[in-house]
Amino acid sequence: MSFVIKVGMASCGLAAGAMDVYLAIKQHIQSSDLPVILKKTACIGMCFEEPIVEFWGLEQGRIALGKVDPQTIGSLMDDYLAGKQVQGNVILAEKQEGVHNELFGEQVRIVLRNCGVIDPESLADYEAAGGYQALAKALKMDRKKIIEEVKDSGLRGRGGAGFSTGMKWSFCHAAKGDKKYVVCNADEGDPGAFMDRSVLEGDPHSIIEGMIIGAYAMGAGEGYIYCRAEYPLAIKHLKDAIEAATARGYLGKKILGTSFDFELHIKEGAGAFVCGEETALMASIEGKRGMPTIRPPFPAESGLWGKPTNINNVETWANISWIISNGAAAYRKYGTEKSPGTKVFALAGKIANSGLIEVPMGISIRDVIYKVGGGMKTESPFKAVQLGGPSGGCIPASLLDTTVDYDSITKTGAIMGSGGMVVMDENTCMVDVARFFLNFTQNESCGKCTFCRIGTRRMLEILTAITEGKGSLEDIEKLEALAVNIIKGSLCGLGQTAPNPVLTTLRYFKNEYLAHITEKRCPAGVCTALLKYEIIPDKCIGCTACARKCPVNCIAGSVKQVHVIDQGRCIKCGACYSTCKFNAIKKG
Amino acid sequence: MQTAFSKLDAVIAKYHGRKGALIPLMQEVQELEGFLSQATMRYLSEQMQIPAAEIYGVATFYSMFRLKPKGRHTIRMCKGTACHVSGANGISMALREALNLGEGEETTADNNFTLMEVACLGCCSLAPVIMIDERTFGKLTPEKIPAILEKFAFVQEEK
Ligand SMILES: Cc1cc2nc3c(=O)[nH]c(=O)nc-3n(C[C@H](O)[C@H](O)[C@H](O)COP(=O)(O)O)c2cc1C
Repeated sequence: MSFVIKVGMASCGLAAGAMDVYLAIKQHIQSSDLPVILKKTACIGMCFEEPIVEFWGLEQGRIALGKVDPQTIGSLMDDYLAGKQVQGNVILAEKQEGVHNELFGEQVRIVLRNCGVIDPESLADYEAAGGYQALAKALKMDRKKIIEEVKDSGLRGRGGAGFSTGMKWSFCHAAKGDKKYVVCNADEGDPGAFMDRSVLEGDPHSIIEGMIIGAYAMGAGEGYIYCRAEYPLAIKHLKDAIEAATARGYLGKKILGTSFDFELHIKEGAGAFVCGEETALMASIEGKRGMPTIRPPFPAESGLWGKPTNINNVETWANISWIISNGAAAYRKYGTEKSPGTKVFALAGKIANSGLIEVPMGISIRDVIYKVGGGMKTESPFKAVQLGGPSGGCIPASLLDTTVDYDSITKTGAIMGSGGMVVMDENTCMVDVARFFLNFTQNESCGKCTFCRIGTRRMLEILTAITEGKGSLEDIEKLEALAVNIIKGSLCGLGQTAPNPVLTTLRYFKNEYLAHITEKRCPAGVCTALLKYEIIPDKCIGCTACARKCPVNCIAGSVKQVHVIDQGRCIKCGACYSTCKFNAIKKG
Repeated sequence: MQTAFSKLDAVIAKYHGRKGALIPLMQEVQELEGFLSQATMRYLSEQMQIPAAEIYGVATFYSMFRLKPKGRHTIRMCKGTACHVSGANGISMALREALNLGEGEETTADNNFTLMEVACLGCCSLAPVIMIDERTFGKLTPEKIPAILEKFAFVQEEK
């Protein structure tokens, strides 16, 4: 075996400086003429440790290093080559201590099986990991048998609603049509979620293989991957993967020597959240404004260009080849009776280990946050976790033992959603969070349904007034009444779920609304209109630190003189507050 | 009209007659010209035989399409949930203040920067985050903003 180095070069790694690390390694290999194979890989999910580099192939086994510094990586490489134990920030290791060895152990990786392991730009790597064997197997199976297998696995759509994938396939299979389509929904619009991006960047062939199998089972000859344009690296990897798969005969005419033809295209989104909704998405592929339409007819009967169409989410598709290879029973070993398998989550916010994880369904939210996610980032205690983005809700500490499955999460008022999990602490204002999401949905409403278009705007106005200390107690009733009507009066999921963030925060954090309304106070110290930073004259020693930090230069005072904040110009960013070493700045 | 019609025509020819071609066509035209001017949209309408109102409707529906020219550098300010709870508002205010942009304004008077708010840049562990052109700046605090912008300050080309 020879020494192999892999550098995580997905978006998150690159943002943290992976390119500099990659170049430093390359430079070291060249200048010292080292026998090393340097490879690029994607994201293993530990975003908080990026940039990440993995060594393997020698006696010491696999070793992953985190927060790698381009300055010191060379000497760590020399150590590994010399057969020594690698010191550095070892995060995962086969044969030595790794700080996160245990965290990783809680996970079950089906969807993310290849992410951060293989080079996503190498078809050979995917094949070496067992790729396209499920396709070969499926092409020898009866079409109905494939659909039965997917049905038996109990796989539910990972795009949010959780509808049985096998059922959906059987509808499309049964639909009459001279032409059928399969579509992959890679629009991932929930702000705070990046599960699909990681799979698209890190293992594009797994999605493509799933789609080919699905197309074969349902009798579709053409497919589309609708990917948001904000994911340029994902689009590039998909394009290259489609080209490579076509060249190898997995796509195109007479796939693997059978009579089955399948062509796959990529469509870039153009920035509209509502286009994640399936009927809007199809309108967008057709080149129109992405406005949702009434169902029925469902896409399975009349979808893209009026033909039977099956749409699934990225994560749903990525499960398919595993299920075909390993069988429905193996899949059911994980998860619960009604929610089998695993779910990928993007952990973010005030959590120690933000990043991407895959856990078996049925695990408690508490374990996800405290075991897999390493608990809170700072001293500030847990307040809530947001699931499901703009369509979801906030789950409070008292419900942390809720298990991760579709039905249990829905009972809390939140939704499973696509897998964004944003952790909030005592420094997060729940009224502000509700306002944040309403601002989002109000902006993204396509405008077709009156209640969604105007109702969300009214809700946003009320929430804004509350955060500015201008709310009244009746506003709470108004919010509740509007919520009911928006849910009833909207055609698609955007409007039907838009009030969820408000309803759940009202349900679990009403006291915060009341503090804003009756006491004109934001308990978390977030709502700027209710905030004021002042210098306490007795404590200020005139060190000028705050004045130098202030981004708008609104703090006046010379050395050893008491400083003063110009309230008119203060943007309440809090920079002075966190800079002052003498507790001389009061926040209130 | 900024581009010679011939370049534009080449793009149009590529998409002519293809189903569902309008959005990718407009994306490519915007790439070429930086934004979609009224004249360009009218020209597309004539050439593609699609009503101008439909083209304008698509251009205004999707946030990616720009009807105004863009500054030299693009600042993409992440407004995702993780960034929001990690103080993105303070960053946004510091940016607007430093760039002297009023409410609703996007491009600076010297045309050096265009500030755009985007839903999520997908590097939540670095929150709050901005991207200037292709570079990502994470774990920001408001006071770091002026020094970052300084790196992209407009300098007159040297002779
Ligand atoms: C406003 C709105 C946005 C949506 N966004 C997405 C999305 O970004 N990705 C996704 O897979 N599904 C999204 N959906 C769900 C899709 O409509 C659809 O249910 C899903 O693609 C079906 O795939 P699945 O069965 O594999 O989950 C969205 C739905 C609504 C109402």
